Parts: sequence; C-alpha cells; structure tokens
Amino acid sequence: MLYRTAGQFKTSYKSDMALFPVRQDAVLLMVILGFAWVVFPLTASEFAFQTLLIPILIYALAAQGLNILTGYAGQLSLGTAAFMGVGAYACYKLVTLFPWMNPVVAILLSGFFSAGVGVAFGIPSLRIKGFYLAIATLAAQFFLVWLFEKWGWLYNYNASGAIQVPNLEMFGTYVAGPQASSIVQYYVVLVVVTLMTVLCINLTRGTLGRSWKATRDMDIAAELIGINLMRSKLTAFAVSSYVVGVAGALFVFMWRGAAEPNLFDIPLSFRILFIAIIGGLGSILGNYLGAILIVGLPVVLGTVPQALGLPISSAMVEHLNIMIVGALIVFFLIIEPHGLARLWALIREKLIIWPFPH
Amino acid sequence: MLNDIFIQPFADMFAAPDFLLQVLWEGLVSGILYALIALGFVLIFRSSRIFNFAQGIMVVFAALTLVGLHAMGIPAWISVALTLAVMFVLAVSIERVVLRPLVGQPDIILFMATIGITLFLIGFGEIIFGGENKVMITEELGIPTDSVVLEPWGGLLILEQKDITAVVVAGLLVVALLLFLGKTRMGRAIRALGDDHQAALSVGISLQTIWVLVWFIAGIIALVTGIAWGARAGVSFALEVIAYKALPVLMLGGLESITGAIIGGLMIGMLEKLFEIYWGQPLMGGNTETWFAFVLALIVLLFRPQGLFGERIIERV
Repeated sequence: MLYRTAGQFKTSYKSDMALFPVRQDAVLLMVILGFAWVVFPLTASEFAFQTLLIPILIYALAAQGLNILTGYAGQLSLGTAAFMGVGAYACYKLVTLFPWMNPVVAILLSGFFSAGVGVAFGIPSLRIKGFYLAIATLAAQFFLVWLFEKWGWLYNYNASGAIQVPNLEMFGTYVAGPQASSIVQYYVVLVVVTLMTVLCINLTRGTLGRSWKATRDMDIAAELIGINLMRSKLTAFAVSSYVVGVAGALFVFMWRGAAEPNLFDIPLSFRILFIAIIGGLGSILGNYLGAILIVGLPVVLGTVPQALGLPISSAMVEHLNIMIVGALIVFFLIIEPHGLARLWALIREKLIIWPFPH
Repeated sequence: MLNDIFIQPFADMFAAPDFLLQVLWEGLVSGILYALIALGFVLIFRSSRIFNFAQGIMVVFAALTLVGLHAMGIPAWISVALTLAVMFVLAVSIERVVLRPLVGQPDIILFMATIGITLFLIGFGEIIFGGENKVMITEELGIPTDSVVLEPWGGLLILEQKDITAVVVAGLLVVALLLFLGKTRMGRAIRALGDDHQAALSVGISLQTIWVLVWFIAGIIALVTGIAWGARAGVSFALEVIAYKALPVLMLGGLESITGAIIGGLMIGMLEKLFEIYWGQPLMGGNTETWFAFVLALIVLLFRPQGLFGERIIERV
C-alpha cells in the first residue's frame, strides 16, 4: 500500500536505470538519513554513541570494502583486519609526522597506503583462485600483524608497542584523542562513511563495477568478452583495500583511541566477513544491515540478563554471546543464504504487490 | 648482511648437527600434528567440497571432553569411548542442523556455516569446561612420558617418548585411513561423492550417511590430534590457533590430496622451525612461525596454483 509503484512511469532508459527507480525508495532513504544526521545525534547517549552508532558505521564501512572484493569481484579474502591495520598505522604515522595535517585528510590519505599493500597482496589472485586465494590472503593477515609488532618505526618506538591516538584538532574542536567528544566523532565518521558509500555505489554501478561483476560470475567468459582480468582484479583489490584502510583509520582514531597489533588479528577479519555475508554479498545496503546485527546483537544480549534480573557473571554472558552469535550465523545462512539485503528485497517485492499474492 | 642470511645459518647448522637434528625433530612432531588437522580438512573437503574451518575447534572440543569426562571420575579408556560417542553425536547434529538445509549452496556459504559452528563450539565449550588450561591425561592413557636420549656425533638429542608415540599413532592412522578410503565400499562411496555429487546420488549412495560418517572420522582424527597436542602443551582454547597452521599445509599439499596433507604438514613443520631458529630469531626478531608457513605456501602456489599434489585445475571454455 505504502510501496505502490502504480503511476510512476519510466519513459527513458536513463530513468529506468536511475538509482531510485521507485520514489518510495528515495523517501525511505531520506528518512533513514534524517535519523542518522539529526535524530540520533540529538537523542543518543554517550553509551549509544560508543557501543552502537559509531562502531556500526565503521564496521559497515569495512564490510563495504570487503564486499567490493568478495561480493562484487568474487575474490574471497580473509585478511581484511590486516588491511584495516595498515590504514590505522599509516594514519598514525601521518598525524605524528605532519602534526599540522587535517585529521580527516590524514584518514582519507591513509587509505592509499593500504590500497598499495592490497594490490601487492592481490597480485597472486591472477593465478590463484577460490579457497586457495582465501588462504593466500591469510598470509597478508599474519605477516602484516607480525610486522605491526616488530617494526618499531610504525609505532614510533614507544615502550608499550601500541599506538595511542593524540589529541587532534580541526576547526577549533577536538575530533580525535581523549578530549574529543563522541558527537563530534560521530559526525566525522558519518561524513566519511557517507562519502565512501556514495563512491562505492557509483563505482559498482559503472564500467568498473560491471567488469568486477563479470569477473565474479565467470572469469573466463569475462576475459573472452574483452575484460582485462588483471585490471579488473587489481582495481578491485585497490578500491577494496582503500575503503578498508579508511575504515581501519576511523576504527582506531574515532572509536578505539588506541590499538595494539593483536587488535587486527584474525577474529576481526572474520567479524567483518560475517557482516558482509550475513548482510548479503554484492550489496551495499547489506553491509549496514549486517553491521547492525553483528554489532548490535552482543549489546542487546548483554542487557537481557540484567533486565530479567538473572544472576549471570559477565564471563558467562561473554561465552553465551559467542555461542548465540555462532548459532545465529548458521540460522541466517539457512533461512537466507543471500543475506539480509535479499530478505529486504523480498519484503519490498511483497509490499509493492500487496495485497495481491503475485 | 648477506653473510648473515646466506652463510652464517648454514655454518651454524654444520657446527652443531645434533642441535639441527633436535630442531628438525621438533619440527617433525609439530608437522605431524598440522598434518593430522589437515587430514580432517581434506577428508571433509573431498567428500563434500566443504571447507571445514571447524576442524581446529573440534580438536579442542574432543580433548576438553576427554579431560572433562576423566575429571568426573570415569576411567581413562571409557572416557575415550564416551568422547568418541560425543563426537558421533556432534557429527550427526552438524549434518542434521547445519549441512542438510544448506546442501547445494555456494562454497563460501558452507564455509561461513563452519565458522558459525566454530563460534558456537567455542562458546559452548567455555561454558561447560571453563576457559582455563587443563592437563591432558597422558599417563592414564598409558602413553609413556620418559624421554630417549641419543648421542649422535658426540652431541645430545632428546626425543620425548610421547612425541614418538604421537608420530607412530599418526602414521598408523594415516595408513588405516588410506586403506579405508581405497579398499572398502564406504571409502569408495566417499570418493565417489567427492568426484560428482549427482552421479553418486544416482547410483544410490546416501549423501546423509556419508556426511555423518566423514564428520565422525574427522572427529576421531580430532581426538587423536587433541591427545597428541594436549600431551605436549596442555588443553586449552589456544590450541585453536594451530588450526590456522593447517591451512597453509592444505595449500601446499593441495586440497584434495591425503598424501599432500601429510607431506605438506611435515615440510611446513620442519621448515618453519628451521627458519625460526636460524633466520627468524637472529635476524628478524623472532616469532616468524606465525606467518612463515603462509608465505611459503603462497610462493609455492604462485608456481603451482593447485598445490603440490592437488588435482590439476583444468579450465575449458
């Protein structure tokens, strides 16, 4: 009823291929953006910023980067966290070497470093395929985390071996470091994430995105119709690692405040892979839905025993959490292997033709 | 610098051959354990094309169940039998609950499902058994704990008897497995399923039975691995990280090959120890074992994309 598309005629190819062929989609997006930009910042508590809003956006961005590689170009990667680490460490070096640099510019620049590393580790993908490639990306994962630990220059030889975010100022307000307020950080994250999302949507709808999808669907066929596989795969690695690197810089600078090398260990990679897969491979919206689920679930589960007055220790809650997340991953894979984004697409179809069944 | 990389390590090796042998032996023992985990992977991959990430946690789970049952006062060998029963129940429930609804889905979905199983088992195991490190019931199982001291070239070489037992048992297990796969009806059915699902189904091979069977065998392998590794380093969830080591072993050996898993495991076990002792610690600040195996496998893959013993990937248009 609300989603009725009757009367919205498309008279040209351009309008048929528009970003929002149905007007209600655009309205819905405006409502969501309104919440993200106005309602949440006005109403959210410190706790909500730190445990839900900021991490959801950052995780969604990281998953989006992975999704470009895995969902659009079909190259399975298990090394996402290491590329996030490259972004974070690059950003740390940038702001400590050039303290005058605008923090947001530093964050956006640091993505290029992880893009470079990503391309270097993407080169084997020209010969190795499928699970073999997935394991090859683990080489990046373990090697880079080892490097973060052993290469003193990266963390300015400080005794703890961890990077500590300094106070960074932009236009007279602190945006990073211990003195920055959550709401400012939220807006910085929101601006960067919005920018990246627009970039990703446009890239995946353009020539480059189509060549990625062709590579994913069948690489030999793609090569036969004249797609340069090397270019397609390496650009996918570059763009993906760029987005992931920016997400990594945000992850440390806007949320964690400090990072040890083992923060970027393999569990983080898997977390992001979960988000991308549960959200839906080959979809931008899915990353957000997946991030809401994977980030939000432990928070919700953590408050349930308290609300019910059950005497459960926090360690127990932690273990239950892992268990329930594992079970839910299996559950969601079974009910919809194509992810939450497909689930939404099905609901939308139903809404459009409602009240008729077909 | 060049001297440190190319000459000094080899000079050290020749100067102390007994130490070199000791290093190789340590590498061989951990290599055997990598190979055992890889074997579990290969078995499941061959019969169902599922990349079973849960093999590592199954090792932990089996070892924890064994130790936990024994701690309840049950005699050691009966605990082993009970643990096998638990692994069977686990295999049946994984097949029923997770795999059956997901038959025919893309590989990556099944792979994710096994990671889901891994998380579930981690949480479940920690709730039941607790997270602290436990001691494997080595002596109760009749595994000798003395060590053999050899003196090659006037040096000193210490071989622990439990390691020797692990090597022998692993060898027997591999022979048994190869015989089972090659000579029995069930084994042939497993290989048939691996070759072509639909053809195997159409000649009357039951997918469900074989999957339960294969996961159960993987469970048995997990128990053996858990006992062998637990005897060396205690039983805890830290064991799970060795599962990652099995992945480069698989790449090196090829995802389909049992011989490949064994040879790859031994190679990686020994080479990473050698590299760590002679190059990693003096030149690179140590702890190179975390990535050496992966980088080695990556380099090998660049020349042989299907691993050393994997099925050649033939692409036709």
